[in-house]
Formats: sequence, structure tokens, C-alpha cells
Amino acid sequence: MSALALSTSNSATMLRRSLLHGVRYPLMLVSGLLTPVILLLLFVYILGGALGATMPDGRMGYLNYIAPSMVLLTVCYGGGATAVTVSVDMTEGIINRFRTMPISRASLLIGHVIGGVLRTMVSVLLVLAVALLMGFRPSATPVEWVATLGVLTMLAFALTWLTVALGASAKSPAGANTAILPIQLLPLVSSAFVPTDSMPGVIRWIAEYQPFTPVIDTVRGLLIGSPIGNSALIAAIWCVGITVVSFFWARAGFNRDA
Amino acid sequence: MSTHPFAIETTGLRKSYGDKVVLDGVDLRVPAGTIFSLLGPNGAGKTTAVNILTTLLRADGGEVRVAGHDVAREPDAVRKAISVTGQFAAVDNLLTGWENLLLVADLHRLGKREGRALATRLLEQFDLVDAAKVKALAYSGGMRRRLDLAMTLVGGPSLIFLDEPTTGLDPRSRHSMWQIIRDLVAGGTTIFLTTQYLEEADELADRIAVLDGGKLVAEGTADELKQRVPGSYIRLRFADGQALRAGAAALAVPLPETEELTLKVPNDGGVRALRTVLDRLDDASVEAEELTVHTPDLDDVFLALTDRKTVPQGATR
Repeated sequence: MSALALSTSNSATMLRRSLLHGVRYPLMLVSGLLTPVILLLLFVYILGGALGATMPDGRMGYLNYIAPSMVLLTVCYGGGATAVTVSVDMTEGIINRFRTMPISRASLLIGHVIGGVLRTMVSVLLVLAVALLMGFRPSATPVEWVATLGVLTMLAFALTWLTVALGASAKSPAGANTAILPIQLLPLVSSAFVPTDSMPGVIRWIAEYQPFTPVIDTVRGLLIGSPIGNSALIAAIWCVGITVVSFFWARAGFNRDA
Repeated sequence: MSTHPFAIETTGLRKSYGDKVVLDGVDLRVPAGTIFSLLGPNGAGKTTAVNILTTLLRADGGEVRVAGHDVAREPDAVRKAISVTGQFAAVDNLLTGWENLLLVADLHRLGKREGRALATRLLEQFDLVDAAKVKALAYSGGMRRRLDLAMTLVGGPSLIFLDEPTTGLDPRSRHSMWQIIRDLVAGGTTIFLTTQYLEEADELADRIAVLDGGKLVAEGTADELKQRVPGSYIRLRFADGQALRAGAAALAVPLPETEELTLKVPNDGGVRALRTVLDRLDDASVEAEELTVHTPDLDDVFLALTDRKTVPQGATR
């Protein structure tokens, strides 16, 4: 039995387990979905009139500006469930069962990551559908749609590795839930809700040089045709960097002593 | 099944966390096909020992061979031979009993049909058929333990580690767990058992080792251990005060301080000592109504061997 065949088979089993968890515990999916949808409704119907006042189409113009941001926020919130389930695995007895079995050590992590990315992308599609129902009218061509989903998947992959690492290092599921808070708050200090040039000095600097701004600018550019510039490249570098660092962090957390 | 005579062999096993020495040169030999029980007070290092033997933790020093393989150099070979049931039932709460068993069967790559057949058989064997489609979250403590042990059996391990398998179980569940363990050993499996219940070790184990302060303080069969502690005596009951006094004189033991018509004769629990007592009574023509031989139980052994002023509450395992 080759190591690769063993690893593939074990990872498929672990992925099935992760997906079954999503079905068994739908609250995980709902909580990751509810926040972006509520924020979308809040920003468009309550704040949209004021925030969209300077935009060409008022409230609907602001919806077009903010819908891509909400899709990005969905990716950030999707990681919450992953961090908690990984932490539950690590702090309850089952991790020791897996560790004493003749299975591929990476399979549990791989199952969690692929399962997490799939769960997140389902949420992304649902939030996109809500935005479209509210009147979001993207100008994207089919190729741009594919590129958008590609960028979002890349971000979901990076953030899922990061949340797996946080979950594997957390001392308790509650701790894991707290540890991911920065991931969910950082997008608020970006170009997600308002253009960065409307922000004061230091905050503007943070907003411009943090990872979510280039990602959101890329997604927005692809969907509604705003300028992308070098944002796509910077976004890709951020995602690859986060993935690599998180991968090693997650592995170290997973392999720490019993 | 392992052809190696010893399922577990350790020499000079050492482990410490910082300054705290948890295992201080432990030598263990567990013959294949037997039940070996490791006893010790909280904090003695039992769980650390189990974690090292099951490849979860690396030893600081010493030789550790499990199922004929070195745990540090060939952990995967060791994992193929062993299975572990820890103190906390290692089941997936969000999956049903059936799904839990299939999960483990799939990880062992048993194949769909074989995995299902085995899961069905184990659910029957462990009396979980009615709960097969229920999430493990809703199981009682006894059911979780049974499911946990059923999962442990998937893959046909030759050596099973049971870390306090009956903690928190009611007497009926405990007895059914004991029967399951006996059946496993009858089938050739080796069992390494840690337990808080000395009665359990007495009932099940072929050999018992007592761990205290990171060192083995005793090892042997339950009977051998019991003979190591003083406390054996013969208890004689007499019909009346006259016979009692005659008996006490013949055996040169003090009269009881109470009104009881019984004498306690300290003794090593052996047959020869018993015969001597009876001969002396015969020579003095004294008749005893009733005779019982009291030997110390494992509780006496445990307390004598692991004597300390106070056992700290909530000491770490």
C-alpha cells in the first residue's frame, strides 16, 4: 500500500466526516451565513441611503459597492465553524484515537481544510444569491465570474488553513472561537464598506496595507468593473503567504504532545 | 497476533516534564495473550506510561518495545498492532453509533462490505443495535464506553490498551465490560489495563504492577501481592468463655477486649501456619466453633505500598 494511496483514502474518509458534521450541525453553517446577510440588509436598507448619497445610483449604487464586500466577509465568517470543530477534535478524546491508528497523519487536517473550504463556498453562493435578489447587478462576464470564484476560493483556502491552525493551537473550543475574532473584524478596517481615501491617516494606512483590501478590490473590480490595478497580484501574494505560514502552524499544533 | 513472547517490554523507561520526574526507570514485561494491570494513585504516571506505549508521547530515555517494535523508531508498525481506549470515550458526538464504526472501518480501509458487516456485528455484540441510528451525543455513559470499545476492536488489534475502561459505569455495565474483556483475551488478545478499581484488577488481571512516584513498587499476581503485606490472620470463634480462655492460652494470643468470643491469630495465610494453630488447639483439647482465614485484599496492598501522608486533591494524572 503506497503512502499516497493511504493518504488519499484516509483524507477522503476525514472529508466525509467533516461534511457530515456540517449536515448534522447546521447551526455552524447558519451562523457563518447569518452575519453577512444581516450586515448586508443593515448596510443597504438602513445606512445605504446616507452612504450612497454621493454615489451615482444612491442606495442601489451602494449595494453594488458593498455586495462584493459581504461575499468576502462570508469567507471570513466561514472560518469560525472550522476553528471550533478542529478545537473540539483536539480537546476531546477522538484525536488520540486517530493518533494511535495506522493512518496518514495529515488526513485529519486535509479533511478539515477541504470540508471548511466547501462549506464556506456554499455560504458564499448563498450570500451572492441574496445580494442578487436585493438588486445587486454585477457587470461581470462569465470569465470574470470564474475568476471571482477563483479569488474567493484562494482566500477561503488561506483562511481555512489559518482557522485550522488557530483551532489546533487553542486550549478550548471557546478559545478557538475568540482567536478567530481578528479575522472577522479586520475586513471592517478595509475598503470593504467605504473607500480607504475617506479614512483618517493611521487607519487609512492600515486599511491600505492589510490583506483584505487588495482581495476586496480585486473581487469588486471583477464583479462591477472598478479598477483592479496590481491588487490581484498583491491579493495572491497575501493568500499564498497566509496559506504557507498557517500550514506549518497547523501541523505544529496538530503534532504537539498529548 | 504477535509471535513475540512479550507484547510490551520496557527497560529503564524515563519521562520528565521540566524538573518533575514522572517515570523514573520503569521496567515492564507483559506476556502476549494476558491481562496486565497497572495500578497507582493519581499522579503516579499511569497515563504518561500509557501515552508512551501507545506512541502518543516520546520517552526521554529507556527501551520501549510494543508488539515487537520500538515505539520511537517504528511508531507506524506499533500503531498497526495496537488499539487504545482512553479515559474519555473517543467517539464522534455528532455521528451515530453506526457512522462512528464505519468511520473507523473506513480509516482501516476495510472495504465497504467488510466494514458494514463488522459494524453490524459489533453493534450486536455490544448491545447497541437500538442506538445504531442515534447520535453518540445522546448516549448514556455506559453506551459511550461500549461504542468506544467497539471502535477499538475494529482492525483486529493484538494488543489493546484500556485506560480506566469502567470509570463511571454502574455495576451491571461494569460486569458486562469485564465479560467482554475476558472474551477478548480468550481470543488471544493482550490487554494492558489501568484502573482505579482494585477489585477490577483482582478480577481480571493475570499480573499486576503498582506504580508510585514514577517507580514500580511491586509486581506479581494478585495473590503474590497480597502476601507481601502483613495483615493475614485466622479468626476463631468459640462456644463459651471457658473455651475462649483455653484457646487463648494454647495459642498464646491476648484475649479480646470486647465481650466477643473470638480470637485473632496473626498468620502468614499459608497452610502450614493454619495446621499449627489447629494442632495446638487439638493438643489442648479446645474446640473452636468457626474458623475463617482473613487475607488482605488489594486495597490493603495498595494502601501499604503507596503509603504517603496525604494524597493531594485533584493531583494531575
